Amino acid sequence: MSSVGAASPQTAQAADYSVSSRGTRLLGVFILVSVPVLLLFAFVFTEADDTMEDAVRLLYIHVPVAVLTYVAFSLTAVGSVAYLWKRSRWWDTVAHAAAEVGVVFCGLTLVTGSIWGRPTWNTWWEWGDVRLVTTLVLFLVFVGYLAFRSVPAEPETRAKRAAVIGIIGAINIPIVNRSVEWWENNTLHQQSSLTDGQLEDLTLFTWFLGTVVLGAIFVWLLITRFRLAWLEEEIDRHGLVTALEERRAESHVGVEAAVGGSVVGGFQDNPGGPQ
Amino acid sequence: MLADAWLVAAKDLKVEWRARIIINQVAPFTLLIVVLFGLALDADPETLRNTAPGLFWVAVLLITLLAVQRGAAIETSDGAQERILLSDLDPAAVFLGKALALLVQLLALEVLLGVAIVVLFDVSVGDPLLMVVSALAASVGIAAAGTIYGVLAVGLGVRETLLPILLLPVLAPVLISATRTFGDAFDRVDADGWAWLGMLAMFGVIYMVSGLLAYGVLLEET
Repeated sequence: MSSVGAASPQTAQAADYSVSSRGTRLLGVFILVSVPVLLLFAFVFTEADDTMEDAVRLLYIHVPVAVLTYVAFSLTAVGSVAYLWKRSRWWDTVAHAAAEVGVVFCGLTLVTGSIWGRPTWNTWWEWGDVRLVTTLVLFLVFVGYLAFRSVPAEPETRAKRAAVIGIIGAINIPIVNRSVEWWENNTLHQQSSLTDGQLEDLTLFTWFLGTVVLGAIFVWLLITRFRLAWLEEEIDRHGLVTALEERRAESHVGVEAAVGGSVVGGFQDNPGGPQ
Repeated sequence: MLADAWLVAAKDLKVEWRARIIINQVAPFTLLIVVLFGLALDADPETLRNTAPGLFWVAVLLITLLAVQRGAAIETSDGAQERILLSDLDPAAVFLGKALALLVQLLALEVLLGVAIVVLFDVSVGDPLLMVVSALAASVGIAAAGTIYGVLAVGLGVRETLLPILLLPVLAPVLISATRTFGDAFDRVDADGWAWLGMLAMFGVIYMVSGLLAYGVLLEET
């Protein structure tokens, strides 16, 4: 990234205007291979659950996605605090990228949870469930965060205000959770399917595999989104500089044409001299 | 700091008193919401009585949006915010003053709304003290959060559309808690309203502290 300033615009384009690297390409290959393996385990090798039946297969995705949602939004909060502290663009971009991936994963959590709830609880949506309602409010808070980030503004102003929104959004999570918990004291949600000892080894392994695969997808998305956001701002910042250089080059050509070849010759003879 | 805060609050309230936007426009809108709820739900008095606590607080959230927009508009017109910065007032005092002004306006509108709901929805208030105290606690939290989010969208040209999506999800805990306390005060739900009051107080404290800490960052170069 740092070579953008040093290199000429042409070489910078070739070297840096890409969101992939050797690491992310390898990660991408791993994801492409591991997703079919996960599907095999989820649909072929594991048995249906005694009580949840085939719906249990959704949990191989639902639970990792839900956990990663919280990881993402925590990362946004950390990035926001670090931005206000260090005022570095790097942390602001981390917060932005994490929020965007987090909203996608949060949406997936809600959708997979809702699909799972239909056969299991016999309803698409249950207002009495703490985690369901908390997650929905969380989703809306961070949709608002992204809406704010998409507004055209001066980068520093936007970064500062977005950091405050990100931090307040994170502070809000436990308050929402507590209030919803009190609101309806009965919860339908599975408390701890992982620890109640009813799961078979293969089910547990598939769950673990799902966490690894979705974790890899999460990391890949996060890194790629970070690079993209970084390049977007790079274009914003360097767009004017590049345009000015091009404009100057044009006028230089104009001077050459008017005065004749001697001017160019003079510059070439004295590269270190005044221009 | 308190003297400075009072200065800012008095300034905001004086501007409002002279312009009378809240009295001439937001107050009639408050009554209009109550009428619309009545028409939309049912002519059945029991339905209205049961939903009154929730309707009251949904209405408060809607009028909060208008009051916050209005407060931010005062601050942006004629470069008022730059003058505030030039005055070298402590940002925390500015926050406190603006939140106080918003709180006064909200409470005035809530009195109007409360009377309208009690009269038009035929609600009997079993515990007036709980109603008053919880309205006060909830309004402190709403005013604090509203003041923070009011300044966030200043100068971006999209304030009207951005504010609701930012502010309303954050106020969800207030809506839940205040609806419960009012439900208890109206003898409509079997809930311990005084316990819920703790949630409202906690929300108010957290957002007051957040505002005092964050307002300086938000004010600079806006």
